[in-house]
Amino acid sequence: MLVTYREALNQAMREELRRDERVFLIGEEVGYYQGAFKVSKGFVEEFGPRRVWDTPITEAGFTGLAIGAAMGGLHPIVELMTFNFAILAMDQIVNNAAKIRYMSGGQLSVPIVVRGPGSAAHQLAAQHSQSLEAWFSHVPGLKVIAPATPRDAKGLLKSAIRDQNPVMFIEAQLLYATKGEVPEGEYTIPIGQAEVKRQGRDVTIVAYSKMLLLALEAAEELARDRDHRIDAEVVDPRTLKPLDLDTIVSSVKKTGRLVIVEEGWRFAGMGAQIAESVYREAFDFLDAPIVRVTGEDVPMPYSRPLEDAAIPDQARVRAAVRQVMG
Amino acid sequence: MDREDLLSLYRQMLLIRRFEEKSAEMYALAKIAGFLHLYIGEEAVAVGAIAALRPDDYVISAYRDHGHCLAKGSDPNRVMAELFGKATGLCKGKGGSMHLVDEPRRFMGGYAIVGGHLPLAVGLAFAIQYQKHDQVALCFFGEGALPSGHAHEAFNLAALWKLPVIFLCENNRYAMGTPIERGIAVFHNVAEMARSYGIEAVQVDGMDVLAVRALLRDVVARVRTSPAPYFVEARTYRFMGHSMADPAHGHYRTRDEVEEERKRDPLLLLRQTLVKEGLASDADFKRLEKEIGGVVAEAIRFADESPFPDPGALYEDVYVE
Repeated sequence: MLVTYREALNQAMREELRRDERVFLIGEEVGYYQGAFKVSKGFVEEFGPRRVWDTPITEAGFTGLAIGAAMGGLHPIVELMTFNFAILAMDQIVNNAAKIRYMSGGQLSVPIVVRGPGSAAHQLAAQHSQSLEAWFSHVPGLKVIAPATPRDAKGLLKSAIRDQNPVMFIEAQLLYATKGEVPEGEYTIPIGQAEVKRQGRDVTIVAYSKMLLLALEAAEELARDRDHRIDAEVVDPRTLKPLDLDTIVSSVKKTGRLVIVEEGWRFAGMGAQIAESVYREAFDFLDAPIVRVTGEDVPMPYSRPLEDAAIPDQARVRAAVRQVMG
Repeated sequence: MDREDLLSLYRQMLLIRRFEEKSAEMYALAKIAGFLHLYIGEEAVAVGAIAALRPDDYVISAYRDHGHCLAKGSDPNRVMAELFGKATGLCKGKGGSMHLVDEPRRFMGGYAIVGGHLPLAVGLAFAIQYQKHDQVALCFFGEGALPSGHAHEAFNLAALWKLPVIFLCENNRYAMGTPIERGIAVFHNVAEMARSYGIEAVQVDGMDVLAVRALLRDVVARVRTSPAPYFVEARTYRFMGHSMADPAHGHYRTRDEVEEERKRDPLLLLRQTLVKEGLASDADFKRLEKEIGGVVAEAIRFADESPFPDPGALYEDVYVE
């Protein structure tokens, strides 16, 4: 069936709330308001306020509460209205959720999902437009997922809710209304599995979340060029941690060239890590240095032309591909 | 007053006291490393409060956590082995002094970011209520955590949702080296901070183990039967430095002040009561000293002879597989 990314997330949570009494949703405006982006539409009506908790605007407090509830045997889903607000809960996420398993020598576990939209939308300015996935991916003990399609969003969210570890599940506001095919009935997608979204021979493009759509458009455009046709393979890691390096490396071994696209800041970004891993595993297979397309290293400006200049676009992806092709 | 009951409380406090003294010695011998925060002087709070709990009630604490862990019934051998960083420690050597955990005894951990564990305590209470159980969550923290945002967000959520959590503030008057008058606006009565959220709050003499237990029995019964948070300020004092890095008095308080407070040593107070009531004699205390001396010596032997973790354990327990 054809559904939006938003509906796919809604279905995933609804199914898991029905399946497991230990699962509950907590966050700002998730109940009677139906979610700031309407992802939890209809939940409080179906499950009641015992399963769907509206909170005051206190991310550290309710994220910490959810971590404690997970230690006490529940499986919380924490909705952050946007992932920017994870910064307020960073101590709870990094010092508690990620480390409690290890510090306790395996006695305690924190099965919790922290989800919400990251990255830029339209002119929301610096404090509401940032891609923080590299921060979370840096921390041992966390898993990080950033799905691009409705099918992946649903299957991975269900896996995240069933996982026994803390999972950061990063969506994107500009993906909520996008549509895609979702299988009928029950299915999950394993955490830590990349997927080749477009087969190609000449170059590998690794891209996730919103940037996957950009990469696929760029690949189609490059394939249409009669004079300099380029056949790009597009790989979506889907899970950033643990990263499915095998799928990326097999693609690179086939094409010999790699472009990595991410919306986040360039310095110490996800792409730097992916590039390092690929150099380590497949240096001898590369015919050219890896090229990265990233967001610019500036706080996100408000003004439209400036914002456009700060975020990767299709032209920049195509230029990067042409550069790596030499 | 019951002789065996009171002697049992004395025994628990004595165990913590001698355990901590021995830990300090082991630190000097470099058997224990890192940060080490001793509970000496504050024993009546942990022992009195935890004596009012059921075994299935949760306890969670900050970094000065040895006393709470021992009072919850953890094996001194495994606690000491954890301080030594040994594989036989409670947390297999991965937590250390500040992060003791004993899940089977519902000791849910020591946490070392000041204020950061108060939301966890509220979450444990949330899980109790969600599952329609009747435990309580008892959360120990120092008064130094009170001004933190985490504490206030925790108070608000606990009060808003009427969760069965007891916030037990161990007010030892110093946040590391900063006296309470220089750190908290309402230093004269910190319970006001909790009351401003509609949380019932009381004070107790934290040097008097019988007073602490009597109060907590009442508080626990109330929280268990009609869930809502409760705040207790136990006025206490630490006889040692903040950690092993500073001496007992340091530059921030005088030797005289420490000596004056030592006159209200919680072990001394209970001993005086026992003698005054004719419930125990010097022979009883000598016998207890000997017994506890043996327990602590055995903990040291166990820790010392235990193996360090195998390097292969480095990547174990990062994730649930």
